[in-house]
Amino acid sequence: MHILSLSKIFCQPKYSFVVFALIVTFTVLSGKSAFSKSKPEEGRISDQKIVSIGGDITEILYALGLGSRIVAVDTTSLFPENVLKEKPNVGYMRALSAEGVLSIPASIILVSEGAGPPNAVAALKASSTKYVAIPDDPSAEGITRKIEAIAAATGVVPEGKRISAKISADFADLAKKQKLISQKKRVLFVLGVRSGRISVGGKGTSADGILQLAGVENAAKYFNGFKLITSEALVAMEPDAVILMKRRGNHSGDAFSKLQAVQLLSANKNGYIREMSGLYLLGFGPRTPDAAREVMEWLYPEITSKKE
Amino acid sequence: MLQTRVKASKILILISFVSLIVILIASLSIGPTGISLTSLLPAVEATIWESSSVEERRARLVLIDLRLPRTLIGAFVGAALAVSGVMMQGLFRNPLADPGLVGVSAGAALAAVATIALGDDLLSGWVSLFGIYALPISAFLGGLTTTLLLVAAAGRGGPLMVGTLLLAGIAFGALAGALTGLISYASDDRELRDLTLWSMGSLSGASWDKVAAVLPFAILLLVALPATIKALNGFLLGEAEAFHLGINVERMKFVIVGLTAAAVGASVAVAGVVGFVGIVVPHMVRLIAGPNHTIVIPASAVIGASLILAADIAARMVVQPAELPIGIVMAIIGAPIFLHLIIRRGFTA
Repeated sequence: MHILSLSKIFCQPKYSFVVFALIVTFTVLSGKSAFSKSKPEEGRISDQKIVSIGGDITEILYALGLGSRIVAVDTTSLFPENVLKEKPNVGYMRALSAEGVLSIPASIILVSEGAGPPNAVAALKASSTKYVAIPDDPSAEGITRKIEAIAAATGVVPEGKRISAKISADFADLAKKQKLISQKKRVLFVLGVRSGRISVGGKGTSADGILQLAGVENAAKYFNGFKLITSEALVAMEPDAVILMKRRGNHSGDAFSKLQAVQLLSANKNGYIREMSGLYLLGFGPRTPDAAREVMEWLYPEITSKKE
Repeated sequence: MLQTRVKASKILILISFVSLIVILIASLSIGPTGISLTSLLPAVEATIWESSSVEERRARLVLIDLRLPRTLIGAFVGAALAVSGVMMQGLFRNPLADPGLVGVSAGAALAAVATIALGDDLLSGWVSLFGIYALPISAFLGGLTTTLLLVAAAGRGGPLMVGTLLLAGIAFGALAGALTGLISYASDDRELRDLTLWSMGSLSGASWDKVAAVLPFAILLLVALPATIKALNGFLLGEAEAFHLGINVERMKFVIVGLTAAAVGASVAVAGVVGFVGIVVPHMVRLIAGPNHTIVIPASAVIGASLILAADIAARMVVQPAELPIGIVMAIIGAPIFLHLIIRRGFTA
């Protein structure tokens, strides 16, 4: 009885020890690599090692030709496509671990203003590594402001000016062409189809933003955010065109075109349904003018074919 | 049998204290930066004198400002959740009772979700008033409000009816869950992601301000808990029997419910929703040491703290430099232990 109950007693706390042993193994393995390169480096700006927190920031850094200087990214860094596979990942930008980010030997941390939680951000600001907050505003001016802030922090101001000037010019061109549109088309952005219900982008979404830039009316402007709608609501909206979000290895287009309600849409009869990459379309980075122009050219060929 | 139990309790308390100390030290020495306790002295020096050395400031930031508050908060949350589990199970004489059961967690979560989702418009005054503390304060007030509503529903001026309390708790929990669902339906995808992460619980937001915020609750629990031991032991026999033992049954019910609200509210406020501690730990202790609350309460507190801290070390190391939500780690560790206990010993405690 004694031995039996003793063995049972030892059985229980054993779990915490097993966990503890596992943890020690992890630390030894990971501590080694962290130790060997844990000193933050100062020095010439071209040797800067950058932690990029925010998918738009990563994309802009690559556009500025600084991709090789990035030493870690966050999970929203989805473009260029291989970044997340190649670079260490500090987690989701709104659930950062201060010590995790600090374990990356970097000389500068570029953080989107939308990052969190506040305590982790405060700890990062207090660290000896240079911390730069990058404004986060999904608009045409927001993109150029972002690019210039990132270029200033990384010492490539001329290159930043060049890219933001080009983007401003592209947006100005888009705005000019918008004025030529006599009758705005109504377009629906479909995020995906789940068991017969359709998730669409309403007012205030990044999809709404890109539709405005392309000079079209959002057919789902009656509600805020991404919402699920029924097939009946889809028929009632009667959009002139539908843009489906393309994901990796997933054809939402098939599921969508199989819906009975879709057969009734004039957009379907006229062939105005297409898939576009979600990152390209909704990213609000350097590729946004191209994405907006692509939508515009698709829907208003008569306007965009007029060359200046 | 009784003798083996007394012996077992002594060994249990000894082992759990030793493992808590080991885990406390581990929690301070292990982290993705690889800074260990050997840097403690320079870190303390850097705290006392304004140090200019980058290395010392870094050690100070990691050890004193990040890991120490995190360890303290983790220990508090683990102990508080385990003890509130003990109190709930004792009060309801129901082995499945859990702080989540009476709707306290749900109420706290509802208030937190409302703050996250409506912080920009409807509740902007509240958020700007309390800044980054708006969320913890809301969670605590939500938990407390739910508890007061519950007591009002179950008491109605007369004696507190345990059955009504339990059922009303389930109803309030369902209502709070529905309102939470309504808010998340109306929120955008960024807020939605915040809500999901928050509901999985994390200690990564720990700071000295949060330590200061839970300190009064920790002191309250330390002072008031010994007073509940006699009542909880009495309740084991039944309420009438407890009354005949000279226990002021009605008053003790209120005390226990209030303490549970304080413990759970404060925990949810600083760490989000972390499950399983309240149900796994007390059962583990009872299976080994028997139902005497003189042992069950302190042992549960110590083991709860150790368990959360161990889970937190795993949470911050496994996917570094990112971090797992501790609620997930807790469930992965807790659920198999719980199953194992039920299958091996039977649900007899």
